Amino acid sequence: MDNISIPVRRIDFDEKIAGKAKYTQDLHFEHMLYAKTLRSEFPCAKINSIEIPEIPKGYFIVDSKDIPHKNIVPIVYDDQPFFAEDKVNYVGEPILLVVGPDKTIILNILKNIKVNYTVLKPILNIKESEKLNKICAEYEITKGDFDSAVKNYSYIVEDEFNTGYQEHIYLETQSMIGHYDGDCVTVYGSMQCPYFIHNSLKQALNYSDDAIRVVQLPTGGAFGGKEEYPSLIGVHAALASIKAKKPVQLVFDRQEDIICSTKRHPSIINIKSYINDENIIVAREINIKIDAGAYAGLSNVVLQRIAFASSGAYNIPNLKIHAVAFFTNNIVTGAFRGFGGCQAIFAIEMHMENIANKLNMDSLELKNKYFLKKGDSSSTSGLFNYDIKLNQIAERIEQMSLYNKKREKFKENTEKLQGIGISIIMHGCGFTGNGEKSVIHTKARLKKNKDNTIEIYTAAAEMGQGVLTTLRKIVATTLDIPIENIKINYPDTLICPDSGPTVASRTIMIVGKLLKDIAEEMKKRWAEEEFEIIKEYKYPQNLSWDNDNLKGNANPEYSWGANAVEVEIDPITYESTIKGIWAVYDIGNAIDERIAKGQIEGGIIQGLGYGKLEVLQVKDGFIQQCNLTNYIIPSSTDFPKIESELISNPFDEGPFGARGMGELTIVGAAPAYALAVQNALNKKISRIPVTQEYIMELMNDKN
Amino acid sequence: MIKTKINFKLNGEEKIIYVDPLKRLIDILRDDFKLTGTKEGCGEGECGACSVLINNKLVNSCLVTSSLIEGKEIITIEGYSKTEKFNILKNSFEETGSVQCGFCTPGMILASEYLLSNNSHPKEEEIREALEGNLCRCTGYNAIVDAVMKASITGDGLW
Ligand code: FES
Ligand code: FES
Repeated sequence: MDNISIPVRRIDFDEKIAGKAKYTQDLHFEHMLYAKTLRSEFPCAKINSIEIPEIPKGYFIVDSKDIPHKNIVPIVYDDQPFFAEDKVNYVGEPILLVVGPDKTIILNILKNIKVNYTVLKPILNIKESEKLNKICAEYEITKGDFDSAVKNYSYIVEDEFNTGYQEHIYLETQSMIGHYDGDCVTVYGSMQCPYFIHNSLKQALNYSDDAIRVVQLPTGGAFGGKEEYPSLIGVHAALASIKAKKPVQLVFDRQEDIICSTKRHPSIINIKSYINDENIIVAREINIKIDAGAYAGLSNVVLQRIAFASSGAYNIPNLKIHAVAFFTNNIVTGAFRGFGGCQAIFAIEMHMENIANKLNMDSLELKNKYFLKKGDSSSTSGLFNYDIKLNQIAERIEQMSLYNKKREKFKENTEKLQGIGISIIMHGCGFTGNGEKSVIHTKARLKKNKDNTIEIYTAAAEMGQGVLTTLRKIVATTLDIPIENIKINYPDTLICPDSGPTVASRTIMIVGKLLKDIAEEMKKRWAEEEFEIIKEYKYPQNLSWDNDNLKGNANPEYSWGANAVEVEIDPITYESTIKGIWAVYDIGNAIDERIAKGQIEGGIIQGLGYGKLEVLQVKDGFIQQCNLTNYIIPSSTDFPKIESELISNPFDEGPFGARGMGELTIVGAAPAYALAVQNALNKKISRIPVTQEYIMELMNDKN
Repeated sequence: MIKTKINFKLNGEEKIIYVDPLKRLIDILRDDFKLTGTKEGCGEGECGACSVLINNKLVNSCLVTSSLIEGKEIITIEGYSKTEKFNILKNSFEETGSVQCGFCTPGMILASEYLLSNNSHPKEEEIREALEGNLCRCTGYNAIVDAVMKASITGDGLW
């Protein structure tokens, strides 16, 4: 294969198109039982007692007492139980499972279980939590000499932004099967991170490594929603099958999934830019608050990502960033594609536009002055080691969208409410800080067979993003052999080494790079008939990170881009219609252009859902939009085609010049849309989603 | 439980079953006939992952009870995938990159078939409207819209 970017047929295409791929809900083991979860009905309550009716033979109750070892999900902090014991902290928290052969009887048993609660006063939002000082994580980042810099400013531009929850709505709900054979417990399911589940099983069961096995099945979308959450239910399914001594399937219905799975963090972000008398931004102060929900989960890492990205793709010499995640009794928030980047980039892009307006300047021109370049330092004072082509990206997005011309034209045309907005995007690829060195020790294995076929073994999960195809392509191209000679399958911890979780836009850049290195070694030893190589990823030498002071390279590398969105607003109905969407990205080099395009289009539309349609509110601890009738995600009629382009900027440390891209594609859509609406209405947007109701509110506000 | 006798045609074959009249078609297909290409994404008629054709009409099988299929002809992805038209759609879905996680795909294929069988050369807006009831969270729809357009050209004369 010569040019790696030329698209190939996806390895999973044929079975998926014909409906033959077996997802967790499709798999049926002999004698398999079903499980359903009893959940907390209150955001905060003491459990006094649980009254369980007489259970027919063949049915089981599984709860915290069935956990032989620790009842704590291993994520970052030890605070979340697999099953609530004497207290519940959010609506939907699991208390026990009912397991058995007949789903109707299971539901009947569930109905007749009575939990006696003493209801306690919940913490319902960030404000209340702040008063009580219920801090989950807190970070302070400074860059340059903030205190001196702010002595010489002539004015301040200050904005505050609010962002809402977002629910993943992977089309396949959370699903697991536990299968215990007397020696080994196997968990099959829909997941991103087989080894997260493996670790959770170890923590709950205290079994030896070889008595635990996790196998990923075809997964119907994940988007971060199957990063840490499956650790909880993987253990549920395992415990159930150990107790029942039969395979047990646990599949969420949609409402249950929306009520109790993790969400994107709501945030409040306040940005103050200090500007001197030459109209130069000399310093910036950013305050970030997010709702972590009832348990810490990954909130501290998400918070770090928001903080690191909060000054955007701009080089501001003096920064002071304060970020806090608060505990509440709301739904636990967690990983979601973008992982803090969506909130951060929305806020900073709106803020930059507001500064430009204040300076009576075009926002692209203003942004241009501050674009990060190679040799600049990041918000955490880490050096950017590689070429950053933001100038070129900005120029291209301007040309494609005709931004300058349209802004002029739309201003003059007062008959129609039209607007166009551009967002400039960056996203860190790979684990935060030096996690690729200190937290995960990425391993991968390649095996050469006598017939010259190759087998790839990694823990990289295929959730639609095409990883089984792209990794296969990397190995085939490196070895210069036909792709059909490369075998790869969904990860199985029994035979696949831990190559880390499939998250953080890391797989191509880290696991792909490692596979390329191994394949190169294999190529040198090609004459050998049959052998295998296992290797660990080598963290690049030119990176450094001080985790105590949050200083250094906050991510191994970044990807860059810009989005433009054009809208027209109907002044009678307040409906906004998107007339055009443009996107330019620098992902180094694409491993497969068609798969890259799929990420771009899916990411942008999910980002526009976040910015325009997807309203999820929590009232008194209860989620208000619990099904797809009232939680609205984009359908085929909501948005027009996207015109997108990739800029070539091969990254030396990535395989075939590739950097990460999965998340980059979602972070810029909401701000580009919000800016388009802001420009159309000439009113400041301060929150997302920008719904029809919000537009009405803005238009009726005469100030 | 009272079971009713139901006659229907499934992917071209006559079937007789004895079921609870309230049993959902999706469960009959998946549990009784092991036809798991029909997916459950919501169970409330909102996502289209469970789409099947009943007497050539596109229907969400999670909203149909067994009593409603008496005497009807049902086509699922398993049956449809044996047709020539499927092959046209399959190729165009491949070329445009319309399959990512694949969970929406069987429903999308049947929704595309339903559209093309009523409108063999649809315009972009018509395709978008026809697919509106089928949610896809991965692709952003554009690839699928292009795929249907392509199929209508390469499959000219078939529909
Ligand atoms: S499962 Fe039937 S429409 Fe979603
Ligand atoms: S491909 Fe995943 S939902 Fe459509």
